[in-house]
Amino acid sequence: MSAVSGAPALELVGVSKRYGGVAANRDISLSVARGEIHAIVGENGAGKSTLMSILGGLVRADSGAILIDGREARINSPRDAAALGVGMTRQHFQLVDTMSALDNILLGDEGGALLARGRARLRAKLSGIADETGLAIDLDARAGDLPLGARQRVEILKALARGARVLIFDEPTAVLTPDEASGLFRLMKSLAGKGASILFITHKLGEALGVADRVSVLRAGERVATFDAKGLSAETLAEAMVGQRPPPRAEKPSSAPGEILVEARGMRLRGADGRALLDDVSLSLRAGEIVGVAGVAGNGQSELLEVLAGLRRPNSGTLRVAGLDIDFTRFTPAAARALGVAHIPEDRLKQGVVAGFRADHNAMLGRQREARFGGRWLNPAAITRHCADLMARWDVRPASPGLAISSFSGGNQQKLVFAREIETDPRVLLVGQPTRGVDISAIDAIHRRLTALRGAGKAILLVSAELDEILALSDRALVMRGGRIVGERAPGAANARRDIGLMMAGAAEAAA
Amino acid sequence: MRPAPVFRALAAPLAALAATGFCALAVGENPFGVFAAMVSGALGGAEPLAFTLYYATDFIFTGLAVAVAYRAGLFNIGVEGQSLVAGAGLAMAVLAGGTLPAYAPLVAGVLAAGVFGAAWAAIPGWLQARRGSHVVITTIMFNFVASALLSWLLVDPLRAPGSMQPETRAFAPGARLWKLDDALSALGSPTTGTPLNASFLLALAAAAAVHIYVFRTRAGFEAGVQAANPSAAACAGVDATRVVVRAMALSGLLASGVAVNELLGAQNRLILDFPAGAGYVGIAVALMAGSRPMMVPLAALLFGFLAQGGAELGLDYPRISPQIVVAAQGFAVLVAGAALGSRRLA
Repeated sequence: MSAVSGAPALELVGVSKRYGGVAANRDISLSVARGEIHAIVGENGAGKSTLMSILGGLVRADSGAILIDGREARINSPRDAAALGVGMTRQHFQLVDTMSALDNILLGDEGGALLARGRARLRAKLSGIADETGLAIDLDARAGDLPLGARQRVEILKALARGARVLIFDEPTAVLTPDEASGLFRLMKSLAGKGASILFITHKLGEALGVADRVSVLRAGERVATFDAKGLSAETLAEAMVGQRPPPRAEKPSSAPGEILVEARGMRLRGADGRALLDDVSLSLRAGEIVGVAGVAGNGQSELLEVLAGLRRPNSGTLRVAGLDIDFTRFTPAAARALGVAHIPEDRLKQGVVAGFRADHNAMLGRQREARFGGRWLNPAAITRHCADLMARWDVRPASPGLAISSFSGGNQQKLVFAREIETDPRVLLVGQPTRGVDISAIDAIHRRLTALRGAGKAILLVSAELDEILALSDRALVMRGGRIVGERAPGAANARRDIGLMMAGAAEAAA
Repeated sequence: MRPAPVFRALAAPLAALAATGFCALAVGENPFGVFAAMVSGALGGAEPLAFTLYYATDFIFTGLAVAVAYRAGLFNIGVEGQSLVAGAGLAMAVLAGGTLPAYAPLVAGVLAAGVFGAAWAAIPGWLQARRGSHVVITTIMFNFVASALLSWLLVDPLRAPGSMQPETRAFAPGARLWKLDDALSALGSPTTGTPLNASFLLALAAAAAVHIYVFRTRAGFEAGVQAANPSAAACAGVDATRVVVRAMALSGLLASGVAVNELLGAQNRLILDFPAGAGYVGIAVALMAGSRPMMVPLAALLFGFLAQGGAELGLDYPRISPQIVVAAQGFAVLVAGAALGSRRLA
């Protein structure tokens, strides 16, 4: 730990926060010096988001103190945070798509009833910031028209224009291409070089090691270690994060792929705005193989899953499932299910479960028409029993069928969704983001189940934003970009990771 | 802070009381005298009580109608019009079956009311599910269409021959629902002179049936999923069109209870505007009950009390407009909504 002269720009002293019986943050102390990039890593549920919410004024800590430039600060609202020079760039951008970038930055700090003067002043200020940091964007473009990386820069400018000296980045690379991400890292370094202090939340160890000066590790709500990034190895960091050596990658016995269970040819899908969401997509899926679909979010993977699950009707193309030609006019989710196609949706809270409903009602979702639940007249005892059975087999905790599903952790919700979808022994499994928002032990359990299902002869299509997941599990990895499948690699091949990354970014399309 | 359940249950009636009191004070009357007049007018004795229950009957039906649609994520504000069309169907069936023996016209009338009410509500449901026109808009417009339709029916095809009144001829004696007064006079007790009839029991049974539908049937479950999370419903293979059309049809079926109560229980003929706003009161009733079917009768009772008590008030206090009841209803709904909101936040 390097010596810091003067008071740190930001210091946390013994910050704690409990939600009911769960300690989200326990006695967390850390400091960020002026000009330092400080990464905070930890698995999902380690308490990163709570810590950020406390700093951003969205949540109040139960105890502990926050010091800014050595003075104790009370942050009771986002407005307080901004006034104290703490700016935040959230995982999901908080921009009004229909307004210009300039107006988005102006929003909340208009400086009077009429906008002209505030706009002029802001323009001058932003050009000053651009001169100083090189951070420039087209201020008159509509926010919705900007690429994701530029939208993020609008958020950063918004914080800087309000005089932020401490910048907090919450999972900033989640939606960026590798190219945009490295641009962001250059920007972070340049801002830090100008004296800004940066707190950088991530769960990607490589990013933390590449950009940060120091790295703090959160585990189960506590700060377990702080390292100097120089000379730090990913293994040490991962060990601190999970409390043990990371589990070995899912064992993948070789299996001879069997018959083709899903065959799509020339599928095209246009969005409401006429944009091609799927552009001539063809793929085949055999029994006993996992086919991964990699790509930056929003490049057609979601639509591909939705078409195969019967949720959306493509504009053209053909699909064969288990040897049957699909008539898309009759291919509903229920019909897909009847053909033995199970679907684990990408967005669990939006599509997979009904958050306010009990766990047992969620465990019945999609199967409510089956006789075992009582048919037309539901049988509450059978519904609860069924859920208790799934919970026991998948080690869902707490094993309380009557509890609202929203009271379960992401990992336990996802286990219940998996249990529900595969219990009927489907032949084809469409899996979207199986481990998003899922803690590391549940990730391991889900990966092992997927591998076992492959061994049992299921045909599995795996869409994931985590390249590591695709590389670890897939037999073949497809890469989607702009609605097209732009390439395929065997995960074991030399340079597979680099090639896939380049294809995702659009750099190697011609070579693919 | 989570309000205690007792407070939540009493909050709405107390708010109604307070609103009435303030209005009375504002026009220079003694609020306690006003309360006393309302209570004795609505609850003091067999006749006032029977009237209160008679009004509450309509409100149970309309409250359930709104609640059952809301449970599927639909805001049906066309219960008024659905009652009217149900009444037209009821009258046509009863009048057509006038020569049939005994109870046949009665049964035919009730069934026809249900079919007409359900169909009239199902159309906006189908339009939303298939054509994307929102039920809030279409059901409001369907109220006007229903009202116009009824006017035409009553000035032309259904008008009693030789009559100048826009109403049908009286129904056959067999096509009348059993009344409380029938039982009282059979026992030799003094009668109440009120139209309270068997529809009240039908309304309570309907509340129980809707409760079972919502919490114990697959259809109710699918409607709940559709309301809470349409994306998850789509993934679960729930047929959105079927859910929407069914919920609206059920809503219209319940709305037809108003026609049964008013036409077979009270008027014994089809008249203009017989729901008299009960369809709109149903929105407030459902809101106050939090769309819980078993709470609807209680909320309806409060509104029945306000309707009857407010009507009686005008006799004792001519300076107080009967519209005071509307203010009281409004406050009751506001407070019920707030209590519900705080429950959700807790």
